[in-house]
Amino acid sequence: MTDPFVHVESVEKRWNGQLGVEDISLSIPRGSFVALLGPSGCGKSTTLRLLAGLEVPDSGRIVIGGRDVTASPAAERGLSMVFQSYALFPHLDVAENVLFGLKVRRVPRAEQRKKLAEALDMTGLTGLEKRKPGQISGGQRQRVALARAIVAGHPLCLMDEPLSNLDAKLRHSVRRDIKKLQRDLGMTVIYVTHDQTEAMSMADMVVLMKEGRIEQAGKPAELYETPASTFVAGFVGSPPMAFMDAAILPAGLTSAGLDAVYGVRPEHLDLTQEGEGLLQAVITHCEYMGSETFISFDVPGTSGLTVRLPGEVRRSVGEAAGLTFDLSNLHAFDKNTGYKLSR
Amino acid sequence: MNDLARYERRRRIMYGWMLLSPALILLSLFAFIPSAMTFWSSLFSRGTRRNPSEFVGAGNYELLFADPTFSKVVVNNLIYAGVTIPVSIIIALAMALWANSKIPARGFVRTAFFTPTILPMIAAANIWLFFYTPGLGVLDQIGALFGFGSVNWLGRPETALWAVIIVTIWKEAGFFMIFYLAALQTIPPDLKEAADIEGASRWTYTRRIVLPLLMPTTIFVAVNALINSVKLIDHLFILTKGGPSDASKLVLYYIWELAFSYFDRPQAAALTVMVLLVLGITAAIKFIILDRRTHYQ
Repeated sequence: MTDPFVHVESVEKRWNGQLGVEDISLSIPRGSFVALLGPSGCGKSTTLRLLAGLEVPDSGRIVIGGRDVTASPAAERGLSMVFQSYALFPHLDVAENVLFGLKVRRVPRAEQRKKLAEALDMTGLTGLEKRKPGQISGGQRQRVALARAIVAGHPLCLMDEPLSNLDAKLRHSVRRDIKKLQRDLGMTVIYVTHDQTEAMSMADMVVLMKEGRIEQAGKPAELYETPASTFVAGFVGSPPMAFMDAAILPAGLTSAGLDAVYGVRPEHLDLTQEGEGLLQAVITHCEYMGSETFISFDVPGTSGLTVRLPGEVRRSVGEAAGLTFDLSNLHAFDKNTGYKLSR
Repeated sequence: MNDLARYERRRRIMYGWMLLSPALILLSLFAFIPSAMTFWSSLFSRGTRRNPSEFVGAGNYELLFADPTFSKVVVNNLIYAGVTIPVSIIIALAMALWANSKIPARGFVRTAFFTPTILPMIAAANIWLFFYTPGLGVLDQIGALFGFGSVNWLGRPETALWAVIIVTIWKEAGFFMIFYLAALQTIPPDLKEAADIEGASRWTYTRRIVLPLLMPTTIFVAVNALINSVKLIDHLFILTKGGPSDASKLVLYYIWELAFSYFDRPQAAALTVMVLLVLGITAAIKFIILDRRTHYQ
């Protein structure tokens, strides 16, 4: 990560004293796909808008491609953006929408035509040039927004929840299309989403935010396998990590003492006969997903306790069962701060 | 089964007529029938005790074209419309763009712009009468500060029509601004952001995005302004009464004079028919041609 392409240094933004984002520092290498992930109101969109130049930070520095752009207007940052609403111009047809930026910058007409054909081909919109945004489907509109973002060939593309207005099935295929486009064009993409599956499946680096701060940034596997806090552990993974108070675990098992909370992933839990195992529990929920079954339990002092079992497992709600797990798979967190305890 | 279908059909037709009837009755009573009657009476001569009214065909229209006052008021009204429509639209648009931007005291600015609309035209005319009064009026007093002599704005044939035009623009621009303001607020802010990222200047954004999106409003406002340029003559009664020597007389005022000062109802009817015809044709052209080139959301 020598010479990062996008470098953000302790950026802060407040509105009338209300916190937007605080102490945001990021280094993004060229050609990577970065997801800004978090619940609504966590500041991920604000961070993106700060990068885009739609907002000006109160303090801190933003460097893109080696150039300090902290005070530069959006147009001079050499980036494109896909808006959540797509922000297509309703009175212009698909071709004019895609070419808007090139026309503004007075790119020669022959080049405009060539780039338009390329962008439409890449996004599978060829043949729709003369349609207005109101005459095409939501998925096509989304691809027009993508085409507009790639047509100029900017090395950096910002995406603000581009899939949130699509239905689940379409979302899945567009996810692959975006990822493929990014790889083919070698673009650096910064992608805002509240959907952890999107972030985990697409990104090279996930930046999980909470209340205007970065909670943890790293490869998807890092966030999954070594979450820095209970917040990360509870946000990443589906179903997320379950938590258990140290007090309910058999004494002597836990080295971190009673001030700890232990987290365990559903795949690391195992079901045993009633009376055996480390915990005794009652089944509250049984979800059959085809290739696997999730069984949820209610045990005082725990939350979100779920076991993942392969195939179909028939257990009835209310049945008692034992739970067991390998101690090496436990994650220990501080009970008060929520942060990871070193072992 | 066939009977049932026929019954159903008849029921739907009845239903359609019932829905149509309130508008049909009201429009017929107050628009269609009077128009037809006006046209009919424009074909007869003015009846006096000695010469009873008789059918003269286009005679009243021929008389009109021979009447020098008629050509005068038509020219006046063309100037009046030709100036008030574009100028009030441009001012309305400028005020709306300004009142829609992030400025301090935005509410105050909007209210201030809208105030002339709330005033009755008669009251507005009285205010402007005071502005225009020679010697005492605000305009003359300001002019005197810079050493200009007193001007009788409303009393001179060269300035009377323009003085009336200014009052109309002052009155209308604020009203049209409200429509533009409403339309501007329906334009999502992220269009501006998308344009910003593409490097569009404020002017490019306004010209390529905002103005086209405001076209439906512009058509609506333009049609309204056109109608007003013929319909709105209240201020003439206060300011000039069409004078001096017909310099500020507009078509509708002349119709009123013909009908109620000279009691020449057939002439008034003929002129009314011509106004209706011209307005109808203009509105049709506007809607047909401009609609095709306009984006409606």
